[in-house]
Amino acid sequence: MTTEQNIDEILIPILEQVSDPEIPVLSIMDMGVVRSAVIEKDMVKVQITPTYSGCPAMDVIGDDIKSALKAAGYDSEIELILAPAWTTDWITPRGRKALEDYGIAAPLNAEADKDVLLNGKRLVKCTNCGSTNTRLVSQFGSTACKAQFQCDDCQEPFDYFKCLK
Amino acid sequence: MINENLYKYILGIADNSLILGQRLGSLTGHGPSLETDIACTNMSLDLFGQVRSYYQYAAKIAGDNRTEDDIAMLRKEREYVNVLLVEQPNTDFAYTMARQFLFDVYHLLFLQELQKSKDLTLSAIANKSIKEVSYHLRFSTDWIKRLGDGTAVSHQKMQDAIDGLWTYTDELFHQTEADKAMVAEGIGVDVTLLKEAYYEKVNAVLEEATLEIPESKWFQKGGKKGIHTEHLGYLLAELQYMQRAYPNMEW
Repeated sequence: MTTEQNIDEILIPILEQVSDPEIPVLSIMDMGVVRSAVIEKDMVKVQITPTYSGCPAMDVIGDDIKSALKAAGYDSEIELILAPAWTTDWITPRGRKALEDYGIAAPLNAEADKDVLLNGKRLVKCTNCGSTNTRLVSQFGSTACKAQFQCDDCQEPFDYFKCLK
Repeated sequence: MINENLYKYILGIADNSLILGQRLGSLTGHGPSLETDIACTNMSLDLFGQVRSYYQYAAKIAGDNRTEDDIAMLRKEREYVNVLLVEQPNTDFAYTMARQFLFDVYHLLFLQELQKSKDLTLSAIANKSIKEVSYHLRFSTDWIKRLGDGTAVSHQKMQDAIDGLWTYTDELFHQTEADKAMVAEGIGVDVTLLKEAYYEKVNAVLEEATLEIPESKWFQKGGKKGIHTEHLGYLLAELQYMQRAYPNMEW
């Protein structure tokens, strides 16, 4: 989804094993938080960008990348970069599918997001039964990136990954 | 220090979010409903995340082995330069949301300008924070309207909160010496230019919420110079307790 990523091919399968500690089905590669990973002499230099400023997962992700690379025989340095700011557009189609399967509705676009969060429009699909007869319970969910929804057909509550753009 | 004005300027931005974040964070487990409780905690987390970026940058500029924790946790009351608005206590939910709204409107206007800063770190932090603060403003605006245009009791409580906090709004647009120096260098935001847009936006929401716009022309000031209300000392005692009890612990 992003054009500016610079990741050595050989490192991709290693980094794909690292997942978001709060959304274990989502690999950090599918989230788009890895901006670059290059091998320089004996050292892998990795740049990651936070999803939300206060996301407590970022420190853990940094540590997990280090351990995964260590297990593959690389020492590494992790750098946190802020620009360009992360957006939900960087989540790959595979990542969106993984979110849905896990019970988190994937982000819509910015305009649609405004409609569902502010105007009560019913656009978010229930991850349980697929109905769009769903409503916002709270703009703020179990983590900074999610809102709480409920399905009015099957009554199941579920999370919605807010569009960040 | 490489650039003392820049250091002071960063504290001027970050202290607001640190103190407001602490106020919101202390509501954890005390919100009026589970959803609002989680929302306040989430907003607190966003603000703390943002201040970490600011303080890490400030620590780099200070260049004397100070860390983000030292800057955030080990200054004395008079060394904090947050505006008086953000240190006001969580009196009741109407007051908490009014405080949030009056700050959020300013915060978003400020960050929109800070994005244009010549300083690439500050513009990156602003660009990142803007998305989060937009959510905060939606949330607080919603509550101003819901409580203002709600029952007789909720309306009265919100009107009292706005009346009580109005006196702290003008200080948002005061310039410090560091502000002026940074504006001159194209790094800082000229806050005096935000005032009109601020009151326009605030008034529009208050009107929709059927609230009366206070007429008071007298305003409190002092926070930006380190002269605070009596509330800040208690807040700092709690904020700094862990760092003072267990020196050198890390966030």
